Amino acid sequence: MELVLSIGIGVMTGSGVWLILRPRTYQVIVGLALLSYAVNLFIFGVGGLKVNAPPLLGTGADVSTLADPVPQSLVLTAIVIGFATTALFLVVLLASRGLTGTDHVDGKERPK
Amino acid sequence: MTGLSHHLIVAPILVPFAAAAIMLFIDERNRVTKAMISLGATVVMLTVALLLLHMANGMENADGNAGGVYLLGNWPAPFGIVLVLDRLSAMMLMLTATLSIPALAFSLARWHNSGPHFHTLFQLLLMGLNGAFLTGDLFNLFVFFEVMLAASYGLLLHGSGQLRVKAGLHYLVINLASALLFLIGVSLVYGTAGTLNMADLALRLPDLAPDRRVFLEAGLAVLGVVFLIKAGVWPLNFWLPTAYSAAAAPVAGIFAILSKLGVYVLMRLIMLTSGDGTALTEVAQTVLLFGGLATITFGAIGVLASQALGRLAGYSVLVSTGTLLTIIGVGGETSASGALFYMVSSTLTIAAFFLLIELIERGQDAGASVLAVSMEVYGDADEDDADDEIGVTMPGTMAVLAFCFSACAILLSGLPPLSGFVAKFAILSGMIGSGAGSDTAISTSAWVSATLLILSGLCALIAMTRSGIRTFWASIEGTVPRVLVIEVAPVLMLLTLTLVLTIGAGPVMRYMQETTATLSEPRNYINAVFEARRVGQEAARP
Repeated sequence: MELVLSIGIGVMTGSGVWLILRPRTYQVIVGLALLSYAVNLFIFGVGGLKVNAPPLLGTGADVSTLADPVPQSLVLTAIVIGFATTALFLVVLLASRGLTGTDHVDGKERPK
Repeated sequence: MTGLSHHLIVAPILVPFAAAAIMLFIDERNRVTKAMISLGATVVMLTVALLLLHMANGMENADGNAGGVYLLGNWPAPFGIVLVLDRLSAMMLMLTATLSIPALAFSLARWHNSGPHFHTLFQLLLMGLNGAFLTGDLFNLFVFFEVMLAASYGLLLHGSGQLRVKAGLHYLVINLASALLFLIGVSLVYGTAGTLNMADLALRLPDLAPDRRVFLEAGLAVLGVVFLIKAGVWPLNFWLPTAYSAAAAPVAGIFAILSKLGVYVLMRLIMLTSGDGTALTEVAQTVLLFGGLATITFGAIGVLASQALGRLAGYSVLVSTGTLLTIIGVGGETSASGALFYMVSSTLTIAAFFLLIELIERGQDAGASVLAVSMEVYGDADEDDADDEIGVTMPGTMAVLAFCFSACAILLSGLPPLSGFVAKFAILSGMIGSGAGSDTAISTSAWVSATLLILSGLCALIAMTRSGIRTFWASIEGTVPRVLVIEVAPVLMLLTLTLVLTIGAGPVMRYMQETTATLSEPRNYINAVFEARRVGQEAARP
């Protein structure tokens, strides 16, 4: 499971970095989305991977059978914030497209 | 420190938050009400900041260290989130509040009309800034950073126009990417140290197993990169001059403190890791030294090369950041307190300069056309023209503007008699003068930094003189801009504040010295966090 997770994070980070370096705003936003998925999975990963382990501490429960709740709450916050800022970026992307008539990140095509 | 006064610590976050929330319910046409609420909130914030400054200053005398810690939700540290008020954070709160009033007053003349929700976004920006200065928790820092950034995206785009949207797009991508880096850094720190509380992290740092330590250091390094991006260190700063010069004047004025937030967090982290006893802090300081030197050089060259005044101001932000980072890198208490003084002085100067630029360029074609574009995009120009005319026009406009401009030039280049000189003098005397300590030899890095510092002042002087001559003496158009009193007053207020800083340099400098003394004693900070009493629990925990 660790292997699947790390390959997943790696592939998404790689594609995300490549995409945000591309000149089209649409590619950049997809890249940012991929990167944020990778980071969210990464945050999950640092808490240690456990299957079927509840994050709730009952009285007398063995701590080793529980999942760490902190990364889960961090990931929740990160998802919300990431979602909101990506939506905001989408608005700016459309405004830029409307004002300049091109989807190049610099607002103008490279002269040929 | 009991009862109500203790709750003041959370007020710098709650006041702008409440103001922003209330203003969302008020219709956009009701601008006067909004402006009054917004202005009222900033005045309350200034009062609170003054009280907190007083509180932080008298903290050790009153009742130990525990007074400045506020446990959110009454959870004891390190389980809950803490807000920590010490001298450094009180100073930054004060600076934010002082800066916000002139910027807001300036916007009342016309800028707050040129787009929706200006006041709401402005208050949210202040909330994010204040929260980031106060918080003692790494993830909470991330949240407040995002609050601040989300508001800053909106503010940067305020007034719209092609130039702003393009700059805003770049600014957004850079900051979204750095937010992801922030998350990686924070989660690495949590994964290895098992805590997000800064004080707890500092406690656990020395006892960490070596295999975990590697990842923790990597996490801290990633976090460092994030704050260096915010601060605008070379080579992570190419977005900064464009974004700052594209922003509307009052927005650029308040943005002057955003880059200082990065510097503030770096100072805080270095303070907390300095008790660790390994090479971690030295490595960080070396990075900051070289980064700072490169930033000063880049900024100074940019200042010399700038044609437009807006870009000149943008590059001045970089010079100021570079200077601060270099001094943190060189170390030494005297120059560090000089650096804090410089931070206050240069932030006020740059804010005043950004406000002034808009007034000067209004008479010129370029500035006028930008304004026309924004009017056109936003539509109802006819409707707005009517209330633009209300207000008293400044008499002797050119004379006042030229006077303000020369004051800015003096401040930016660090010439006497204003506070820019006092700041640089304090820094240099700490590096190569009497403050350096007579028994130790002056290091090469101190010489190089001092030289670059003086050279950057010279560059600023040359560039400012050149643009001053071009604007005021050899102006091609010869048109006098229409400037209202309410627009010049904020600039004059900021410049007066630097004069007050100069006259009151003694007491201010003493405060800065006490601040650096606190910064070199991380134990006090850590103890304060852990000894903080919960409400309803009388005795301190052993």
